[in-house]
Amino acid sequence: MSAATPGVAISTEKAPKSSVGVLAWMHGQLFSSPINSLLTILSVWLLLVSVPAMIDWLFLSSNLSATTADQCRESTGACWAMIVEKHRIILFGLYPYDEQWRPLIATFLLVGAIILSGWRVLWNMWLLVMWTVVLATVAVFMWGGVFGLTYVENSQWGGLPLTLILSTFGIALAFPLGIVLALGRRSDMPAIKAICVVYIELVRGVPLISLLFMSAVMLPLFLPEGMNIDKLLRAQIAIILFAAAYMAETIRGGLQAIPKGQFEGAESLGLSYWQQMRLIVLPQALKIVIPPLVGLFIALFKDTSLVVIIGIFDLTQAAKVALTDQAWRGFSVEVYIFISAIYFVFCYSMSKYSQSLEKRLATGHER
Amino acid sequence: MRAIIYQVIALLAVGSAIWFLIHNTLNNLSARNISTGFGFLSKEAGFAIGETPIEYSPASTYARAITVGLLNTLRVALIGIVLATILGTIIGIARLSRNWLIRKISSIYVEVMRNIPLLLQLFFWYAIISETLPGPRQAMHPLPGVFVSNRGIQMPTVQGEGLFWLFVGLAVALVLIFGLFKWARKNQEKTGQIFPSGRWSIALLLLLPAGLWFFSGTSLSLDVPELKGFNFAGGMTLSPEFAALLLGLVIYTAAFIAEVVRSGIQSVNRGQWEAAEALGLKRSHVLRLIVLPQALRVIVPPMTSQYLNITKNSSLAVAIGYPDIVSVINTTLNQTGQAIEGIMMIMAAYLTVSLSISVFMNWYNKRIALVER
Repeated sequence: MSAATPGVAISTEKAPKSSVGVLAWMHGQLFSSPINSLLTILSVWLLLVSVPAMIDWLFLSSNLSATTADQCRESTGACWAMIVEKHRIILFGLYPYDEQWRPLIATFLLVGAIILSGWRVLWNMWLLVMWTVVLATVAVFMWGGVFGLTYVENSQWGGLPLTLILSTFGIALAFPLGIVLALGRRSDMPAIKAICVVYIELVRGVPLISLLFMSAVMLPLFLPEGMNIDKLLRAQIAIILFAAAYMAETIRGGLQAIPKGQFEGAESLGLSYWQQMRLIVLPQALKIVIPPLVGLFIALFKDTSLVVIIGIFDLTQAAKVALTDQAWRGFSVEVYIFISAIYFVFCYSMSKYSQSLEKRLATGHER
Repeated sequence: MRAIIYQVIALLAVGSAIWFLIHNTLNNLSARNISTGFGFLSKEAGFAIGETPIEYSPASTYARAITVGLLNTLRVALIGIVLATILGTIIGIARLSRNWLIRKISSIYVEVMRNIPLLLQLFFWYAIISETLPGPRQAMHPLPGVFVSNRGIQMPTVQGEGLFWLFVGLAVALVLIFGLFKWARKNQEKTGQIFPSGRWSIALLLLLPAGLWFFSGTSLSLDVPELKGFNFAGGMTLSPEFAALLLGLVIYTAAFIAEVVRSGIQSVNRGQWEAAEALGLKRSHVLRLIVLPQALRVIVPPMTSQYLNITKNSSLAVAIGYPDIVSVINTTLNQTGQAIEGIMMIMAAYLTVSLSISVFMNWYNKRIALVER
């Protein structure tokens, strides 16, 4: 080793050419071995074949301005004019045409509330206050009947606001039920534990469709004569009961991760069972399961599309109805892509949020 | 003491709620003149079913129709599980590839597919197959004997008496391979010699059925679909409904399985890879002997729930008209009005399938679980 002269800086040298720069990156990432090179070439070929064709169909030869379906059929690309023509019925369903500014405001309120809920400063009583106010305002706008707004029956609701309403109410009401079921499953009392286990496993063992069918055809039979629950509310109940079972299992995972010392410590302070849970156990347990809970919210948001099968007018059903127009036949792929994009924006942003949350919440529980 | 009171109250509440519901139901049913019970099962169904793995005609009973529906559900679920596992594993491994391009493509696939509702994807594939694909006369012809058109996918099948011997050969080969692996492991423990059981199994799998067929002297012919009139005859047909359902289920679930596989492999400590390489093991041996056994422990539980999801999600078939159990029972209860019995049967069927899958996967999970001293 040559000794450096004290006080004289050693001249800095650049890194060898073979490890920096575009060529080196390509060598390391794309052509590091024969198999790797083959894979790269194969996927580049695949992309070259598919991407330009897709861009051409989606944008370059698409038709946005056609006024009739026949004009659209002449172009080789996608017929976005169909979406322009039908966007009102896809987004708002059968809601009276002149009143559709009301579901629009309701949609903005709900989306705004969802975005604000991601802001951690508000994670306290304010969240509850905000949601109560928002949901009440949404109800006023959607139903009307007060402040000079005409009354709109909920059988006329539809489209995006209905999807948002079904999923937000579903999450909001399934959450407390899920907590109770999770605590019940961890209870020392055999009878309560048995009831909760049977409920959770029964619901998780059957598809949501069977619960929706049950709400559509069996629930009316369950009720005393003369009593009738509206179809939308029945579907909402089925979604809540379904989501609660899954939430219970997720929350139970969090409860199991809390060390026994926390329960014992809380008990030795003389707290009652509910105080122990509310002040000591649940705040820790829920914090652990926030990321999987967001995952559940995403799944539930997607699952609300199943109400199509019992004929409720959510976003997916509205799309199907828009497609029944004989004049605009044959453009279902465009409509499905449009709807998919809406679902994707919601689900993808929630999942990105959940990932960032996971990083920020990792405070010492993990190495 | 207090605990007992709470439990009694809870039981009473649940019990009286159930009693209330049953009481109302019975009242309502008698008011509407609907008789309860499963007597309707032996009546004539009177509706046709598009796809029947067992013999069925509109003159068959409801019980027969529901069996057809159940078999259709199991068929799509089983094939879906196998294909989604293969595709999902490939994509999961691709997400960890050293190749930047492969990594990016597979992660885009995962993000797009799992953020769009399955139902919408099913509608999408069904629309593509039934609207955009050409008719039988202009069918696409990607491989010899395979035709893709808006009537579904036609594929050649093998037929003849030789088929029996092929299956016998396959069964014998599987038994022999099972024994071979057991013997190879014992032999390795005793002598340290590694027996190339993988190559031998492939040879057995190929040679035994072929040899048996050859020496039995039975016939074996290829049934290739042919265009006759306006549709295809011969071969095997995947209906548009089945193809769309299978495609949707596999593509959607593979995205989730890919994530399961990726996190499983990532959960194995880097030190394990390095130590195995330091021992001089080949890369394939590192994967098979060191990494996979540890990754499987993490992978199996979430994989189980994905398999359960495929089975339950196959019920979305009703939306595109594939005659699965939900769709058949839905028709049944519209015709007979036996709503309660019908829904009970749907739930019982899914509960049975779900429980069997989880019992099997739990058994497998226990087998591969870490044995701690």
